[in-house]
Amino acid sequence: MSITVLRPGLLMTVQDMGRHGHQHVGLCPGGAMDPLSLALANALVGNYAGDAALELTVLGPDLQFERETLVALVGAEFEADIPINRPVLVSRGARVSISRAARGARGYLAIAGGVQVEAVLGSRSTYIPGGFGGLDGRVLKRGDVVPLAANATKLSRERFAALKNKDRVGTSVKWHVPAFTVPDREPIVLHAIEGEHFGDFDANMQRVFFDTIWRVGPDSNRMGYRLAGPPLTRSKAEEILSGPTCLGSVQVPANGVPIALMADHQTTGGYPRIAEIASADVPRLAQIAPGGTVHFARTTLDLAGQLRKDARTRMENIMRGIAWEYGK
Amino acid sequence: MAKLAPLGAVPLGDCAVYVEFSKTLDLEVNSAVQRLATMVHGRALPWVRDVVPALGGLAIHFDPDHKSLTTDALSAALNTVSECLKEGLPKAGDVLRTVEVPVCYESEFAPDLAEVAAIAKVSPDEAVALHAGADYRVLMIGFAPGHAYMGGLSPKLSVPRRAAPRAIVPEGSVAIANDQTVIYPYAISGGWSIIGRTPLTVFDAERQEPSMFAAGDRVRFKPISRAEYQKLRTK
Repeated sequence: MSITVLRPGLLMTVQDMGRHGHQHVGLCPGGAMDPLSLALANALVGNYAGDAALELTVLGPDLQFERETLVALVGAEFEADIPINRPVLVSRGARVSISRAARGARGYLAIAGGVQVEAVLGSRSTYIPGGFGGLDGRVLKRGDVVPLAANATKLSRERFAALKNKDRVGTSVKWHVPAFTVPDREPIVLHAIEGEHFGDFDANMQRVFFDTIWRVGPDSNRMGYRLAGPPLTRSKAEEILSGPTCLGSVQVPANGVPIALMADHQTTGGYPRIAEIASADVPRLAQIAPGGTVHFARTTLDLAGQLRKDARTRMENIMRGIAWEYGK
Repeated sequence: MAKLAPLGAVPLGDCAVYVEFSKTLDLEVNSAVQRLATMVHGRALPWVRDVVPALGGLAIHFDPDHKSLTTDALSAALNTVSECLKEGLPKAGDVLRTVEVPVCYESEFAPDLAEVAAIAKVSPDEAVALHAGADYRVLMIGFAPGHAYMGGLSPKLSVPRRAAPRAIVPEGSVAIANDQTVIYPYAISGGWSIIGRTPLTVFDAERQEPSMFAAGDRVRFKPISRAEYQKLRTK
């Protein structure tokens, strides 16, 4: 069972929840930029939250399905010839065309049974800089054949049949899940706590950091988002000792252009870290395309924890709703 | 050495903490941090995702909502560190390995060797002897998977970073800058002076142990000929 890539779109890769436990040898966890949308997409087709799916970026692909397959596209509001944010049974030989994202930047196309590429270090995620994971460690291109579970069609039919009858219309359903990481308006607010080197910036620069509406630069990628705005200058001249970094760390290199570290970030860095974005807000940042805008709101560790708990509660409620539709 | 005590704990967001012991490069602290990281890692705590030793401290990455946690993750991480320090760190000699790395210093692999030798006011052969004759220690791994920052470079070879970084440095390139030497695990951009190349694969995700180096390893370089390089490369 497989899907053939007729047109790859902008940056389509295989992603799951990433590989933990290797940062001490310099390998970041990687994985889906917006893991919440990935988890929802997987739940909609009856998969485990961490099964591998296709991550789409800004411009979607044209795909051909070998056999009848249950899929769900969750995340950015892609214009597509399948309805989004809900399970859809795609027929044998069908061609699915996904074009640009009207809102948001990343979508996850989950497939019943998951994408069945070889796991590397416990994950199927594509790590582009290292050239491993996913399909040959690279971005998908035209002609690629994406392997699916051998029993994907059987799973697809069983699972679609399990959906509540009254809510089904044709090959899909009347309901959909909210893609709550995708912003309604910009700038989005990113809650951030002070980073280790926040005090290296004077009061004026600290204000500039929190007052500015930052524009996500065109040279942003899965490793980091460059934020265009007034240059941030540090009051101290001496270099800092390289230290560890984290998903959501905001570094300020000598050129004053802050970089927010994303899924494929470097594990250590020698640039001052002005702030650390609350983990609950990182998937929302992942939904901002180059040219989009963000704003930082100062927060505390306790509040960051509360935001995380709120997001988790929200996810659990949606997951319960999906399980109910599947008669569980 | 004096008793190791953290300067402080800096939250790296709400899913990690950096426990800092020194803001400058102190080799004793660096070595202690590596042994402390080994110890914390060895506890195999289910809520800990990663333990990352850096130059002057260690990061503990965690799942703050893990069901096994009875207190908040930050306090649990700091408690773990103080418990390990109270118990006492293992001796350096008990945990560190020595890794020998074959390096071909021939000109096609060493575009900057002549320039480095000129700055050091030695012949290229003498520069190679200085580089291969020293004992190194992996101070930290970062920048890219398996990318080890090694201290111990002869002060004579201490050259600044190149003014213009190269867009692509070939995989396996052995390079120097300031007081350190590195090996590029992949073909990536880099600003260090390249003086040789190893035929070995520094990081291979398919290998049982993907990274050739771990923080704290002792490293020695062994000069090899072109023929030996080719032989090891094709193996």
